[in-house]
Amino acid sequence: MYEPILSVDNLHVSFHSQNRVVKAVRGVSFALQKGETLAIVGESGSGKSVTAKSLMRMLPAQTAKITEGAIRYDNQDVLSFSPRELQKLRGKEISMVFQDPMTSLNPTMKIGRQIMEGLAKHEKLTKSEAKQKAIQMLEMVGIPQAAERIDAYPHQFSGGMRQRVVIAIALACRPKVLIADEPTTALDVTIQAQILDLMRGLQKQTGTSIILITHDLGVVANMAQRVAVMYTGEIVEIGPVHEIFTRPQHPYTKGLLQSMPRLDADRSEPLVPIPGSPPDVTRLMGGCSFAPRCPYVMRVCHHFSPQSTSLGPEHQVSCWLQDRRAEEMRRSFCS
Amino acid sequence: MLKRVGYMLVTLFIIATATFFLMKTLPGTPFTNADRLNEQQLENMKAKYGLDQPVAIQYVRYLANLVQGDLGMSFKFMGRSVNEVIFERIGPSALIGFQALIVGTFVGLGLGVVSALRHNSIWDYTSVTLAVLGMSIPSFVFAALLQYYLGLKWGLLPPALWKGYEYTILPTLALSVTVIATVARFIRTEMLDVISQDYVMTARAKGLSETGVIVKHVLRNALIPVVTMLGPLAVNIMTGTLVIEKIFSVPGLGEQFTLSIVVNDYSVIMGITLFYSLLFILMVFVVDILYGLLDPRISVRGAKAK
Repeated sequence: MYEPILSVDNLHVSFHSQNRVVKAVRGVSFALQKGETLAIVGESGSGKSVTAKSLMRMLPAQTAKITEGAIRYDNQDVLSFSPRELQKLRGKEISMVFQDPMTSLNPTMKIGRQIMEGLAKHEKLTKSEAKQKAIQMLEMVGIPQAAERIDAYPHQFSGGMRQRVVIAIALACRPKVLIADEPTTALDVTIQAQILDLMRGLQKQTGTSIILITHDLGVVANMAQRVAVMYTGEIVEIGPVHEIFTRPQHPYTKGLLQSMPRLDADRSEPLVPIPGSPPDVTRLMGGCSFAPRCPYVMRVCHHFSPQSTSLGPEHQVSCWLQDRRAEEMRRSFCS
Repeated sequence: MLKRVGYMLVTLFIIATATFFLMKTLPGTPFTNADRLNEQQLENMKAKYGLDQPVAIQYVRYLANLVQGDLGMSFKFMGRSVNEVIFERIGPSALIGFQALIVGTFVGLGLGVVSALRHNSIWDYTSVTLAVLGMSIPSFVFAALLQYYLGLKWGLLPPALWKGYEYTILPTLALSVTVIATVARFIRTEMLDVISQDYVMTARAKGLSETGVIVKHVLRNALIPVVTMLGPLAVNIMTGTLVIEKIFSVPGLGEQFTLSIVVNDYSVIMGITLFYSLLFILMVFVVDILYGLLDPRISVRGAKAK
């Protein structure tokens, strides 16, 4: 039906520091369709950002290693790219928007030049063409008086405006994939809504696929068609947003949804937090990493990692509760 | 801007006052054979140089002359003004000081950049070790070593005196060691700091080449704070010249200064001190202005209308 523009298969990333190895991403697989928005949610340290950065090979070369797996963009093997090929990929094919607009712009360079840099590199435009294009981009992201503002420095802009500039930089060369790493986390709530609106509008105009990394389930519901839930470096559940929100199958996904306040819920009902905290990823034992916090934990969970089970054409979950054999067990136990 | 100039003048005034009174507390007299002069001769000498007046009057006279740019007459050199002495001696000092600053900044820059780009490699460790050595060993030790090895033992360069361009090389090298070390260390820290900034990641994510990222985004931002180092470094060089010029027998201002202290040539000591202070204050001023020009986030008040 669809053709994936970007696919990740069994990705493993680990960080090496002195004598410790941190396995930040452990066997992540997903495919991004053309024009869709896939959200990746999870708490801090779940490996969302590392996964995102490895897609463009943006991890620090000295410490991070992709130990296993494959990343394919448009049927090319990204992991085998030379530095030159990577430069052609970055900005032109895949772009990235970072979390904090206060720090993601160069403070000593005019914003126009920061937009033009990518254009000069990828589009071979003349200087005046690039300038025109930069003004056009600024107008597109809703910055008034764009023709004058291209000569402004980042500190003359507010946080929301800067994030608009960052988005303009990312979209300048019409990339096919936009990775947005918590694009609204550092912004005020009202500005968050504006930026999300902007991204949605631009996606409609350009047909860009978006990978949206967030820990805000409200943002997910607003923006994405599909969502992947990450926990300690693994995708524990992935599926269409409405399905995950209405019928979450992994206990962790359930926990996340229960811990979120809802407008339609009875106010006297307290929010239910997930007990405990995520395990230290340097000391993972065998078995399911959520087992110590799981209210439905079984003995098998402590010893064996669950395999991914399909619950529909697009909905997969890694939990022993959803394993075929769990059903058999329950039946034999009850009879 | 005007305010800044005002502050500079106040600073100079305080320095002038402090040096003047400190000078008065120095033991000894400027006269060579003070103990062999009789009462009358001593009186005459003192009267000639105004030393018979009360300190307060001397002070007022001194300031009055100072305002007119007159630093007074030398005690040591008959009939020559301090202005003349400084003017005559400044050439060699300025030459080696300037050369040391240039050599030091560029070599230091190179070392610092290599060190930061090859962070935690053998290059990095070597350059850090050199930098620590360079900062902790005083320049006169290097001066002596250079003089002995390059000058005497291997005979590559003239070990002392001032008779041509090749005579400037050793003093320049000796002076530049501290500059190299300071700049290298500073650049390294700044670059490592900038490299981990988000905007460098943004630049990489645009698809710029690694060289492009380093030159356009990292270096520029790392170099701006280095400009602030120029002030202290210039001071370092000025004080360095005091000893270095003595060691290499360079007829510069520093050598004159040490000589004047030995013979209690009050007016020359004060003159040179004030001159050095003025240089330093001007340097700080220039650095501030430069900083404002280089970093768009900072505007020197009044220099740039907003």
